Amino acid sequence: MTAKYAYYPGCSLHSTGSEYDVSFRAVCDKLGIGIEEIEGWVCCGTSPAHSTSKLLSLALPYENICLAGKMGLNDIVAPCASCFARLKTAQYEAAEDPKVAGQISEALEKPLPESMSILSPLEIFRNSHDISQAVTRQLSDLKVACYYGCLLTRPDKVMQFDECEYPMAMDEILRSLGITTLDWSYKTECCGGALAMTRTDVVLKLTRDILEEARTVGANAISVACPLCHVNLDTRQEEVEQKYNVSYGLPVFYFTQLMALAFGVPADKLGLEKHFVSTEGVLSAGSPV
Amino acid sequence: MTEPSATTPSESPLAASVLSESGQDVNLCYQCMKCAAGCPVSYEMDYKPAELIHAIRLGMDDLVLNSKTMWLCSACETCTTRCPQDVDVAKVMDAVKITARRKGIKSAIPQVASFNKAALSNIKMCGRMYELGMIMGLKMRTFEFFKDAAMGMKMFRKGKLKMIPSLTGAMRTRRIFRRVKKIEDENRSTA
Repeated sequence: MTAKYAYYPGCSLHSTGSEYDVSFRAVCDKLGIGIEEIEGWVCCGTSPAHSTSKLLSLALPYENICLAGKMGLNDIVAPCASCFARLKTAQYEAAEDPKVAGQISEALEKPLPESMSILSPLEIFRNSHDISQAVTRQLSDLKVACYYGCLLTRPDKVMQFDECEYPMAMDEILRSLGITTLDWSYKTECCGGALAMTRTDVVLKLTRDILEEARTVGANAISVACPLCHVNLDTRQEEVEQKYNVSYGLPVFYFTQLMALAFGVPADKLGLEKHFVSTEGVLSAGSPV
Repeated sequence: MTEPSATTPSESPLAASVLSESGQDVNLCYQCMKCAAGCPVSYEMDYKPAELIHAIRLGMDDLVLNSKTMWLCSACETCTTRCPQDVDVAKVMDAVKITARRKGIKSAIPQVASFNKAALSNIKMCGRMYELGMIMGLKMRTFEFFKDAAMGMKMFRKGKLKMIPSLTGAMRTRRIFRRVKKIEDENRSTA
């Protein structure tokens, strides 16, 4: 299929978030959505860049936007929420202030492309044709708390995606595939993000609050759309349990893994064995549709 | 686009630096405390976001530059989204960090400053973040050699850590870093 979207995986999806990469590709394959990885992409700079230099934090993402333009594609899909936010922020800042755009262009030694669209996988799946047609497996045992994290919807003037205080895009996608998702109040509460390595105590506290709330509403799984959210909620869950003397055992899925499972992709092709919290318990044999 | 503010400009060097780095006018703040209330990390801060903004306004530069607030900021953007005066509070936090670093002021939370340095130096060298290298760079700076060791081993065993760095785009990235620095230095000398 011809590529419709320039795919920007970002650093995490090539390492600690590789499950997101394989499952995203699997879903695009099942839905006939053409993606082509941007050749020669570089790091978006993420939090360290914007904490250190404004121009750097805009130039690095723009290098990738330029590369996508060179591919002859106008639409970029960035699954990592942080990359997505940095790309959109770079575009927003350049549009708001021509002086800034000029500096970015000078730093990159090339003109900035116009009319590039930056999208999250939630948007492209939500906008694509009826995805429920591709369902071959009912994941009826799941009660999912969809966790959106911070950067998909905030700040709303930049991201302009979904409702920032109570988003529903992930819920709607999963529900259309027959998966039960729950209403809960911690959809967009921060997990601590990049403080994971430096102030782990903060991440443990915030992660614990999220897991606690998910359990309170009766969730037996959490669904995420960001590799950093996943790392905090999944790999730190045992530490949270030890520190607070609680037990959660809540598997954390990338929503693309759930979609792929519903479309009949075998579980061993989706990186589930890499999760710290086992996902086997909640995935029943799965009644075919 | 906000209307031009009828506020009196602050005289302190920090307020001027914040304005030039972030474009944000701290004088717009009327202390509604929505940012402080929504901030997930405020429980650990010595000064809540709104308090820090007020301190900038009052010219309490030393207090601000030595506080923990901006270093604890997780950039969750809740404050920015909710501010009724459209002050981009997260950007103010960035501007204070940038100013502190430029003035050579030691961070009140040194690990966070070290993390930023380790990550950027890693990105500059490899083009794409090489997590293992970044983690080692961080540990060399913080001397916390055994922290997260068990988790690191588990990640390695599960194949979550990439062993070999990619060097795609490394030279291009290094060039971008150099050019950005050059432009920033030029702007500062003509400012």
